[in-house]
Order: sequence, then structure tokens, then C-alpha cells
Amino acid sequence: MPKLSLPPQLMPKLKVEERTRSFKEVALGYDEEQARTEATRCLQCKVPKCVEGCPVNIEIPAFIKFIREGKFDEAIKKIKEKNSLPAICGRVCPQETQCMGKCVLGIKGTPVNIGALERFAADRERSVAVDKPDVAPHIGRKVAVVGSGPAGLTAAAELAKLGHDVTIFEALHAPGGVLMYGIPEFRMPKDIVMDEVRYVASLGVKVRTDVIIGKIVTLDELFKMGFEAVLLGTGAGLPSFLGVPGENLCGIYSANEFLIRVNMMKAYRFPEYDTPIKVGKRAAVIGGGNVAMDAARAALRLGGEVTVIYRRTDEEMPARREEVENAKDEGINFLFLAAPVRFLGDERGWVKKVECIQMKLGEPDDTGRRSPVPMEGSEFEVDADTVVVAIGQKPNPLAVRNEGRVKLTRYGTIVVNPETYETDLEGVFAAGDIVTGDATVISAMGAAKKAAEAIHKSIMKK
Amino acid sequence: MPNGFKVLKKEQLAPGIKRLVISAPLVARKARVGQFVILRVDEAGERFPLTLVDWDAKDGTITVIFQEVGVSTKKLGLLHVGDFVKDVFGPLGNPSEIENFGDVAVIGGGVGTALMYPQVSALKEAGNRVVSILGARTADLLLLEKELAALSDELFVSTDDGSKGYKGFTSDVLKGLLSNGRRFDYVFAVGPTPMMRAVAEVTRSYGIKTVVSLNPIMIDGTGMCGGCRVTIRGENRFACVDGPEFDAHHVDFRELMSRLRTYEEEEKTATCALEENLREMEAHA
Repeated sequence: MPKLSLPPQLMPKLKVEERTRSFKEVALGYDEEQARTEATRCLQCKVPKCVEGCPVNIEIPAFIKFIREGKFDEAIKKIKEKNSLPAICGRVCPQETQCMGKCVLGIKGTPVNIGALERFAADRERSVAVDKPDVAPHIGRKVAVVGSGPAGLTAAAELAKLGHDVTIFEALHAPGGVLMYGIPEFRMPKDIVMDEVRYVASLGVKVRTDVIIGKIVTLDELFKMGFEAVLLGTGAGLPSFLGVPGENLCGIYSANEFLIRVNMMKAYRFPEYDTPIKVGKRAAVIGGGNVAMDAARAALRLGGEVTVIYRRTDEEMPARREEVENAKDEGINFLFLAAPVRFLGDERGWVKKVECIQMKLGEPDDTGRRSPVPMEGSEFEVDADTVVVAIGQKPNPLAVRNEGRVKLTRYGTIVVNPETYETDLEGVFAAGDIVTGDATVISAMGAAKKAAEAIHKSIMKK
Repeated sequence: MPNGFKVLKKEQLAPGIKRLVISAPLVARKARVGQFVILRVDEAGERFPLTLVDWDAKDGTITVIFQEVGVSTKKLGLLHVGDFVKDVFGPLGNPSEIENFGDVAVIGGGVGTALMYPQVSALKEAGNRVVSILGARTADLLLLEKELAALSDELFVSTDDGSKGYKGFTSDVLKGLLSNGRRFDYVFAVGPTPMMRAVAEVTRSYGIKTVVSLNPIMIDGTGMCGGCRVTIRGENRFACVDGPEFDAHHVDFRELMSRLRTYEEEEKTATCALEENLREMEAHA
């Protein structure tokens, strides 16, 4: 029986002093006892609100019950019925606004830490092999998935489970998309990403790296090769810049470049790995989202002092609270209500200062957040020899850039039929950030799952 | 591709300059003049771009020519025939605009004397009268001179030390031709950034359309990182997806040259580390 008196189990974390010079994962995960105790807190609601909050509708109370009973194999199987990448989601989903945000225990107290439990079940499976899920009899219809991030991996897994012959085409040298290039090791260990990719491959999915669709193989050629449907899951991988003077000075990185160097190219292990990165004594990170937190925390581990510069206040920061707290614990400074107006460099072309302008909050904008308004004449300078611009990513339409037949919005996202996920071009589907603009791992996965079902229906009609 | 892309031929063209023929059938099938590939030699390797010098769709091969200047090109140069390059990714970038301009000058400096080969070849094929101007520090470092001589209508050579041809820079040769009344409808330059800038300065006052192939630091090659951003006519452009060729008269060369020096120190560190590893390996062998 649930015991309301049981204390919520805190996620054990690496000590702060161990974090600042290491890329080891910060959140350490529950042990068995903690997991079972936390699972016991679940009220096993008859009409579970948490499931409504989950974009892929995992039967949360059911898997938690298995954990409570110590039936860990059953727990992970239950999760994997709905979610092929639980070790990832358990780590990077914003559970506080999804499943946990709906947990009735949260009304008066602390919700069940569903994310930590999902992660526990997934991590335990990594150490103890559990049977593969049932894969439907082979249908032998070929589906191409473009991109191997959260959307691509999910759609590929779903389609493979339905019996299709799926090939993922990844442009970069390693699969995983943003999980690989974007989210740092200390939040999303790359071994875990690779294990999840291996799991998807174990379902029969072929993964081809170094293949850029649209350049090396066109969509038409994919159809000629016998693919009956193509899913574009190419994500939001284009960097945004501020467009202010001095932004091309040396030492100024887009968040993408900074994180690709650190995560995918392992620049934090230079010169053991060949890709360098330069982080000076004072780094400034511009932005207030999860990517900004990742960049700031990576910069801290590689250099000296780090300051996050955000144009609104702490309250409006779109980053997960947990990540903001981690950043603060690690000693990252925050400068709120400030926006860069230009970067100043030395005679060698290296950035030395960020000139900012003081902002104040005005009326709420269409996102409901109060929009920042610059205060005239309030310019001031912040010293910085490294700057990371983390103000959002744009969709990457390279796969269809020269195609001309797939309709794009003015933001560069792909237009799809919201029911069928099909684009203007028959047989070509799209899901994830390439459709919505930059969002979360789980929302891309949720959409990819639905797109996979739509593709299945469409192919089977033929 | 579990092993990567096999090296089929290897040749030393000049001290520190090598030519590799690599098996990459999909790339070879789509390659066009002016495009490049991104390579990663091994698991610890950097991603770095090299312009395609030649390709053969039938044999499924591509050819790259490179100077061993940093850790990545040194590692690439250490591969033997039969070894594998971990990743070859491309073809990337926009193909060159090749048309019948009339009288054209193609200028290559250093390893750029090899990179100009596909340009000269395509421009000839399009019906242009092509004057090739090759330059290098010293005579030993001039590449593909014979091949270019056979393709071009006229060929000029310059070396910094005067060991062959005109003593000085390719831009001086071009300037000399222009001041002697020669007229060009189009100029293409590829090589070290200061050389391309010098060429741009020469042709600017004559109003000759001049295109350069830029070589900024690049990682993914798909528009993701923005590391290769260059200022063209005051606007940000990514060399990987918007280039690599741009109108020379609109390029902010000063910014490009400063950005190219970003990792000078780290290049030295990495090269030292590689050399130390090699010495250790030799000692154990």
C-alpha cells in the first residue's frame, strides 16, 4: 500500500566540488532501495493523470507498481511498450511539466519522481539483459528515416516493431542527433545514447552514418531504391546569432559549435582527441534555455568563471528548473535583464568584452512571457574572452533545400498534415523539431510515434 | 561502413604534399566541381574539409590533395594504401558556376595549384580561354604543373624565392598582365587567404568578376555549427552551405584570416602530441 508518510527520495548527485572539473554524469540515479521506496509513494490512481501528461502515454502506474514489487524486468518491458528510449527520457524529459506536473501528490506535496523511476528501470536493464520486445512478422516494406535523433530513433523503432524494413540515414559520423552532439556527457552520457541506438538496431533497423539526404541521395532516389515512405526527422540544428556587431570575433561560438566540439568531438579530452576548444578565464553565455545551461556548465568545466546573460529574469528562463539549480550550485553567475548590443575585441580580433544594455520587463508577448524592453542609455560592459550564443536553434531543411517540392514555413519548418504527418510530397513525412521548431526530446518522440503509425497505415493501404 | 573508406592510391607530390585516391562510391556519383568533403581520419580525429580535386563515378573513387600542416592532415598523410579513412562525408557545398565567360584567369597558390585543376578543366570544357597562374613558396611545391599546362591556353608560374618563373606572388603576375593590357572576363582564385585577398584587390579596380574558394574552420559541414561563418557584403554566410565559393570583392578577408588563427596554439599542441605518439610507437616497434 502507498505510504504517504514516506519521504520523497532525492536524486543522489555528484558532489559539487567533483563536478566542476569533470564531465561525469551529475545525477547518479536511484539505487534499488530508493527506487522501491519512491515507487511505494505512488497512489496508483484509477484515472492516472500522469499518463495524460506523458507525450507517449507510458502506463506509468503500472510500471511503478512493478518497481515497487521488485519486478524490474516487467517494469522496463511495460515502459518499452510505449517508449523505446527510456534511459534518455528518464534523464532529459521535463517531467515537472509533464507526468510529474500532473501527479496528484504534487497538489499538496512532492509528486512521485517518475523520471527517476523510469531512469532506474532503464539503467538496471543496461546492466541485466532483458528480452527484446516482440517484433511483428516481417512485412518487408522499406521505410527510410532521415536523421537519427529522438524523432528518427523513435519512428524507426516503432516501424521496425510493426515489421517494416527500416533504414536510418544520419549525416554526421555518429547516430543520436542532438543527444550526441547537443546534450553534454554530464547530463546525457554518450554510452547510454549508443546503447539506445543499439537497442533500436537490435529491432532490425539499419543505421547508415555519413549519408546526407538531399546531397548524396535525393528523395526521388530513395523512392527509386524501393523505399515506400520517407520520414524527415532532421531536427532544429541551425544556430541562431544575435546579429549584433562583433559577433564574428574569435572566441565567440554558437551554442551548436561549442557543444558539438565538446560533446560529439570530445574536445574536453583534447589533445587525446584532436578537436580543440578554447575557454578563457571569463566566459559569457547568452540565453536562458536548456542549451544555454548546458553550454554554461560545459564552459565551467573547461575554463574559469562563467556568467549567463539573459534578457528577462530568473522566473522567465525557459530552462528546466533542475538544470538552473545545478548551474547555480556549480557556481555559475547569472546576469538578468541584460542583452548584448555588441562585442568588443582586441587588435588580434579576439573578443574581450560584451557590451550589454539593461532591460526591463514590459507587457506579456504572445508566449505569455513579459517581453524585455531595452532601457535607453543603460549600456554597460562585461569582460569576456569566450562567448557562447545560445539563443535558440532553427530547423535544418538541408534535406529538402534543393528539393523545392516540400513546403516550408517562413521559419524553415516543414509543413505537414497534422493528422497524417505527411508533407506536400506524397510518401514524405516529417516529425519532431523540423516540424515544430526547437522543442523537447519527448515532444519529438511523441510526434514521431504518431508519424510512424500514420506511415504504417499509409503503406499498408498501398 | 564499418571500416570506413579505403585508400586505394597514395602519392607524394611534393615535400609534405600528398595525393590520395579514396573509395567513396556515393560521393563520387554526385560530386561536382567546387564541392568538398569532410573527413575524419580515425575515432579521435577532427572533422575537416578538403576540396575534391577529382572523382570517378565509374570507379567509385575521389581524389584529394593536401598539405600536411596540422594534426589531421598529418594523420591522413600517414595512412597507407589499404588503410581506411574513418569518415568521408559529402559532396558538400555548392558546385561552381561554370559558364563560358570568355577570357578567364585561374589562379592557384600553394596547395591551391592542385585545387585549381578541376576549375581549369571545367572552364576549358565550357569553352573559355584559360590563363592559369600558379604560385608557390618554392619550385618544389608547385603542383600539377604539367597537367595544368596541358589544359590551359597559357600558363604562368611564380615563386616567392624565384626558384622558378616570376619571383614574387601570383597577384603580381596577374597585375602585370592587366597593366599590359590583357583583359579577363572572369577570375577564379584558390589558395592561402592572403593570396586570395591580394587577387581580389588587383581585380577590384578593373571591375572583373572574381570568385574565391574559401577555407574557414569547419566542423559538421551541414550548416549546424556556424564555425565557418564569413562576412560577405556585411552579412553572415556559412561557407559550408552558402559557399564555399563567394564573390571575392565582398569577402571580409581580414575577419577570415583572424578566425583562421583561432586554434594556432592548439594546433601546435596537437601536432606535438601526435609526433610524440609516433616516436613512442617507433621505439616499441
